Amino acid sequence: MALNIRTYRDLTEADRSGLVDQIVAQRRRVADRLATVRRVLAVMSGKGGVGKSFVTAGLARALVRAGRATGVLDADFNGPTIPSLLDLPVARCTLHDDGIEPAISPEGVRCFSMALLLEDGRPLAFRGPETEGHVWRETLEAAALREFLADVAWGALDQLLVDLPPGVQRFQELTELLAVPPAVLAVTIPTAESRDAVRRALRGAVERKATLLGVVENMVGGPFAGSAADELATEFGIPVLARIPWHPSPEIWAALASSIGAAS
Amino acid sequence: MKFLCVECDRQMQFEERQLPGDGTLAAAFRCPACGRTVALLTNPMETQLVASLGVKIGGTTIQPQPMETVRGMVTTGRQDAFVEDGEQGARGGPRWSADAQERLTRVPNFVRGMVKRIYLDYAKERGIAEITPAIMDTARTELGLEEM
Repeated sequence: MALNIRTYRDLTEADRSGLVDQIVAQRRRVADRLATVRRVLAVMSGKGGVGKSFVTAGLARALVRAGRATGVLDADFNGPTIPSLLDLPVARCTLHDDGIEPAISPEGVRCFSMALLLEDGRPLAFRGPETEGHVWRETLEAAALREFLADVAWGALDQLLVDLPPGVQRFQELTELLAVPPAVLAVTIPTAESRDAVRRALRGAVERKATLLGVVENMVGGPFAGSAADELATEFGIPVLARIPWHPSPEIWAALASSIGAAS
Repeated sequence: MKFLCVECDRQMQFEERQLPGDGTLAAAFRCPACGRTVALLTNPMETQLVASLGVKIGGTTIQPQPMETVRGMVTTGRQDAFVEDGEQGARGGPRWSADAQERLTRVPNFVRGMVKRIYLDYAKERGIAEITPAIMDTARTELGLEEM
């Protein structure tokens, strides 16, 4: 005879373990930290090698030069490059009771990256059982993203740029951690292959109710042919915010920063 | 994750957690009506998955340290990645026995500062004057600090 067992949601007594409460507290910590950040802006493409980090760093520098307090969270934990692109020296991270100080670039961009924590030349590796690593590794990287958001003392920012790795998974993790979906800046190169990958990412962002600010076409005027940015702009009803040549001038970055500021 | 005593139709309450040190975890839950106790036993992969979420079965009484999961789980971190500010380094509190200090030196630099803070907070909260290896073992079990 089947037992009459109450289900999970039927049991409402307080429990010392409080796993749900612990998750809620984690989310609250993120919200509290970001209360002084006007906007979180995800820089994404869905395609590797299109220059997301390059665009992120150039944009961050230009925003700071325009007088806008800007931070960059390097969410590419397995291939972090933002500190190098911002000319950040390797330095120790200062711990306070309330969090960890971000590194600050010569121009004044606040930054945090796994590159600041890892030994030179070593991959990101976690303690844990040697088998079935795929089960828990992504969960740990999601936890790292949460801690980068919540435990870095970002301070008051006009925007926090989040440099995402290729694909859409980190974007989904980011969205789940934020009270409101981030704004999205898409980066593509001109080719049809890039267009198709970025299209998938942007559709994922739309499904998550993110606001699409626009698309940046990178590596323009070189060997990559196509009209990816224009096609994506038409399809999603968003502007092409910049076309970045191989050796962009400060004016190119300044114009992009101005567009981003106007879209805030 | 909840446990129900089917005979009593009562939600069982967390009682105790043990970390044998081999990556497994044991958590005991007791029925508040009949007193029956059951143990949840997790294998290393299951233990890791819970730890990866940054939560502790059985909860914790002390505040999480900044970047606790990253500092506790990354094995390729720079030994000099972190420096405590003056205020942190100068904080008073319980003293460390020689054995406890020696044991602390065996913790990798990347995570040592955090481990030290956790034991200090634990000892302060309980009015413990001296941190010894025995206190560290107790704290490790009570706080669910695998391999710290």
